Amino acid sequence: MTIDALTGVLAIPAIAAALLAMLPGYRATARINILATALTLLCALSLFFRRPEPGAYLLLDDLNATFIVLTAFIGFTTSIFSASYIGHELATGRLTPPFVRFYHAMYQVLMFAMNLALIANNIGLMWVAIEMATLTTVLMVGIYRTHEALEAAWKYFILGSVGIALALFGTILVYMAARPVVGEGLDAMVWTILVKRAAAFDPALLDVAFVFLLLGYGTKVGLAPLHAWLPDAHAEGPTPISAVLSGLLLNVALYALLRFKMLLAVNPGALAPGPLMVTLGLISLVFAAFMLYRRRDIKRMFAYSSIEHMGIITFAFGMGGPLANFAGLLHMTMHSLTKSAIFFAVGHVTQVKGTQRIADIGGLTETNPVLGWGLVLGVVAIAGLPPLGIFMSEFLLVSSTFARAPWLALVLVFGILIGIAALFLRLNGIAFGQPRGPVGKTQASYVPMFAHLALVLSAGIYLPPALVAWFQNVAGLLG
Amino acid sequence: MSRIDFDVAHLLAGTLVLISFLELYQDRLYALLNVYAAHAFVLAASVAWQAYVQDAPHLYVTAVIALAFKAIVIPVTLHRIIAKLGIHREIEKVVGVGTAMLAGIGLVALSMVVMLRVTHGADPLAREDLAFALSVVLLGLLMMVTRRNAVSQVVGFMSLENGLVLAATGAKGMPLVVEISVAFSILIALIVIGIFLFRIRERFDTVDVQALERYRGERR
Repeated sequence: MTIDALTGVLAIPAIAAALLAMLPGYRATARINILATALTLLCALSLFFRRPEPGAYLLLDDLNATFIVLTAFIGFTTSIFSASYIGHELATGRLTPPFVRFYHAMYQVLMFAMNLALIANNIGLMWVAIEMATLTTVLMVGIYRTHEALEAAWKYFILGSVGIALALFGTILVYMAARPVVGEGLDAMVWTILVKRAAAFDPALLDVAFVFLLLGYGTKVGLAPLHAWLPDAHAEGPTPISAVLSGLLLNVALYALLRFKMLLAVNPGALAPGPLMVTLGLISLVFAAFMLYRRRDIKRMFAYSSIEHMGIITFAFGMGGPLANFAGLLHMTMHSLTKSAIFFAVGHVTQVKGTQRIADIGGLTETNPVLGWGLVLGVVAIAGLPPLGIFMSEFLLVSSTFARAPWLALVLVFGILIGIAALFLRLNGIAFGQPRGPVGKTQASYVPMFAHLALVLSAGIYLPPALVAWFQNVAGLLG
Repeated sequence: MSRIDFDVAHLLAGTLVLISFLELYQDRLYALLNVYAAHAFVLAASVAWQAYVQDAPHLYVTAVIALAFKAIVIPVTLHRIIAKLGIHREIEKVVGVGTAMLAGIGLVALSMVVMLRVTHGADPLAREDLAFALSVVLLGLLMMVTRRNAVSQVVGFMSLENGLVLAATGAKGMPLVVEISVAFSILIALIVIGIFLFRIRERFDTVDVQALERYRGERR
């Protein structure tokens, strides 16, 4: 087998995981972790230049290339943040060396599983990869072994398992629909073949399949009312994992949904998946926006903000059409960058303050100016104020929706505004005013956080034409 | 396909649905585990029969996994865990037996209506198998929501998963079935290890999930 970049993005994390599971010591393993994610990122970038042909198991097209590069990039920056975060956890004794070794190995397994889910051309393989990603994150959420962490991990485990079980039932139904047309065997699960022949599938069977897939993968996306696992998992796990969960894993599950949406779009008799996604997206947005008000835990608050933004993105892809899809893609990219930057800041804030309670965190801009202003910038970005990137994608989405369905746009704007108000209400207490709570020290690494924020800022001011053309191309693929 | 092939497949899948109903009203943990072992045993027989009928030898692997792992290893391990952790043996239910059974009947009717309507193109064997499989999946879900005890929720999840394996083996010629059943076995093994490792008994003093909820992050 020739070694190409596609095997690279799978092989590097797999080898690194095996290596990290064996090596003791914290400093060396943290560096290997960073090195492995950096190599994966290089491999992912090289996919833009040389593109392998799709096979029966792996596939690369413009859509998943976007996702893979985003995943590899945030995986890389998070590994840098994780090195300093884990160093502090070791120093304070919240984690012991065996757990750190386990953590690093699991980090690479998670990267492997997400990359596999993204480049899988076989819907069965994609399912297995998403299951694997779920399991690794469950193990990492419970890593602190406290009451709360165990409860969060258990809840995530049970709800996530039910979600992926439903998704598997949907996958089986898609196979059943494909079998009379494509024939028995492997071909009837290969996505590229399915999408070519989907016009002849039995529409009724596809409809039922999509409902199961939407509920199943929708649980993993964290769409309300299937979101119950998400705030707990984000709040109780190590913060680098919160960043990866919000920034990447939710996207991967959404990507799986988009693949099946494209399948249904080919079939003239099947139901339009758009309205279902629009409804779930709006429910998530409005629900999460209201839930933001009464949060007392800082990580939990940003977890609800992730539900809100996944709602917006699902809404955008549900609306469809070149403009809304473009806005959805841009929003997804910007949200991933911004939310992981916020979690980088929050991770250090909770280490400095020794608590996640919002009531015990105050006046950060005075006590820890760099961290405090970083967090302020992140929240300004996530709230969608100009001139940052999220403002642009939200503006595009709102204006295109007003032209097509004004009533939906009203709900959308309402949800976004409620969310902004809640975020600023809380930010005010956290970042400004009288310093509250203990003042500790931390070996913070600010580079990943400010790198992300700089990207978000520059995207808001000027989007390079090449990037615009690329996103337009992908938006066209999504239909 | 001969008549007898169809009849036996039908009989086994139907038995699986019936055993799911049996699980619904068990109120002792050990009895529940025994019923689950029977559930897994019937699944193994059903998968083996499908392997024979479809002439698909790889499905025998799935059948063996179902028999050895789900019908023997998991129930025995859970027995031991229950004994070791000293979990109280009675299961607290959210709703009464009558209500749960009625809801179960409703779900089976629902899955028949949905599946038989949308699959009229498919061959009759796969069609009815799928309707039964969906019934088993929905009954498993019902069991998970009507129980408060973590172990019996896990049993609910495992019987849900049996329904999925039934659907996957019923879909003729489906690739990756063995791989998927292996992946699911890993998942289940981890859940069972999770009960033990997370020491739900020790940490929370009970496996009653309601007690876990006291620790939800908002009230600290």
